[in-house]
Amino acid sequence: MKFQLKYSRFGERSILIEWPSKIDESILSDIINYKQYLQNKLVKLKVEIVSTYNSILVSYNFTIENINDKISDLKEAYLQIDTSKQRSSTLWEIPVCYHDEFGIDLENLSSAKSLSKSEIIYLHSQQIYTVYFVGFLPGFLYLGGLDKSLHINRKSTPHLNIKKGAVGIGGNQTGIYPQNSPGGWHIIGQSPIDFFDPKSDCICFAKAGDKIRFKAISKFEYLRISEEVKQGIFKLKSSSYD
Amino acid sequence: MIKVLKAGISSSIQDLGRTSFREFGVPVAGSMDLYSSKLANALLGNADSDAVLEMALIGTKLQFLVPTQIAITGANMSPTLNGQAIANNQLYAIESEDILTFSASKNGLHTYLAVKGGFNTDVLLGSRSYYSGITPQSVIKNGDVLKIYTFSTEGNFEKQYSKLKPFNFSSEVLNVFLGPEFSLLSTQQKDQLFNSSFKVSNLYNRMAYQLLPQIENDLPSILTGPVLPGTVQLTPSGGLIVLMRDCQTTGGYPRVLQLSESSINLLAQKKENDTVVFNFID
Repeated sequence: MKFQLKYSRFGERSILIEWPSKIDESILSDIINYKQYLQNKLVKLKVEIVSTYNSILVSYNFTIENINDKISDLKEAYLQIDTSKQRSSTLWEIPVCYHDEFGIDLENLSSAKSLSKSEIIYLHSQQIYTVYFVGFLPGFLYLGGLDKSLHINRKSTPHLNIKKGAVGIGGNQTGIYPQNSPGGWHIIGQSPIDFFDPKSDCICFAKAGDKIRFKAISKFEYLRISEEVKQGIFKLKSSSYD
Repeated sequence: MIKVLKAGISSSIQDLGRTSFREFGVPVAGSMDLYSSKLANALLGNADSDAVLEMALIGTKLQFLVPTQIAITGANMSPTLNGQAIANNQLYAIESEDILTFSASKNGLHTYLAVKGGFNTDVLLGSRSYYSGITPQSVIKNGDVLKIYTFSTEGNFEKQYSKLKPFNFSSEVLNVFLGPEFSLLSTQQKDQLFNSSFKVSNLYNRMAYQLLPQIENDLPSILTGPVLPGTVQLTPSGGLIVLMRDCQTTGGYPRVLQLSESSINLLAQKKENDTVVFNFID
């Protein structure tokens, strides 16, 4: 499916390409195809491409002199994309310990949503989430697919120091903090794995279009996996997902 | 090697930043005033991409453990070498044990110290730029020992020809492009942006500068989208935030303006209470 896209200059060196402003799997799929096509086509130009829910930002490493020429090139490229190609993605199983010690806001969430803690954990971990993009912090995954009954406004007073690996809910989103950070999300659990490792070849295992499922683990398993992660021997479970 | 006797307020190693990892949420980072850091390198005949020491507001006191050459650019922090005043935008020979001291910045905010061949701290994701969560430290600390490339002091010692002139950052004019959400602004808001002046608030750092006064606003947040250093965001409460080198890669506030590359460098030399105005370019 082809969309009506909006192309505009974004500063001296970038062009912003926008899809309709919504969170939608068919838009994501179109964005990924376009992004991959551009990355292959423009690889020699040292162009940097960032995508979000409904946009692609193409940044050149020079000042764009003739913006209309560049936009025509991009429009032309969009028409060349083969949309019939089936993309396969990876489903990652993310271990999460929802123990009270980590899920510091579970109690509040439970009373605010009139759900028991185990219902919250069930609703959160039975869903398959889609990775829309990585942003905010290095390795922070923007996930779509949170069950409606878990939607809740961000906290009015943010936590000053959320621990790396904390799993939270804010608005209609859920996510994992890849590093210690202040934040306004309700914290429901803790994952022992690294979402970002600047020293690894694969700095962030997940990418736009991948799927995520959370697996509830005990505190014992949490400690075991933490140790394996520390020693560099933990292997994340994944499978292909069509 | 250089020993840090006093670390200053916010000093860090910076280069041109990380440009190929934004899709993983990695900020660009790099020198706040890229013009001045490039000038410092150019004076020494270094490459643009060589790492420099960036200092903000109050500078460092350093002891050199090896001979080298240095150049200082950007804000004037009244540098002294072994107690003798030295000048910005000049080349100086350094002997082992020499002490280089910077004070508070008199004009501007960021000062750059380049050494011959550049700083040789660890490269992570293609850059030496300090950034919390990527490099082990986000600022340098008292007692740190910073590695630098060493070179033979015999032979040539002359100021390299540089096409770059020292940066005059007295201008208040920030040249801007219109941002993706500019068209959503009311006529009154557009008028306020272009026909009034703003002051840098006390909230400014490598991540963002908040400007004052706020402007009236009822625009809601947007679906999270890409942002860049130099993006001017308008918060729901009417605050204007100019994103700088350490900014996040995506954001949810309307992006109303986008600074030109040279205006990002200019803003990086402004501090609390300094005045800026926006000038539309196309």
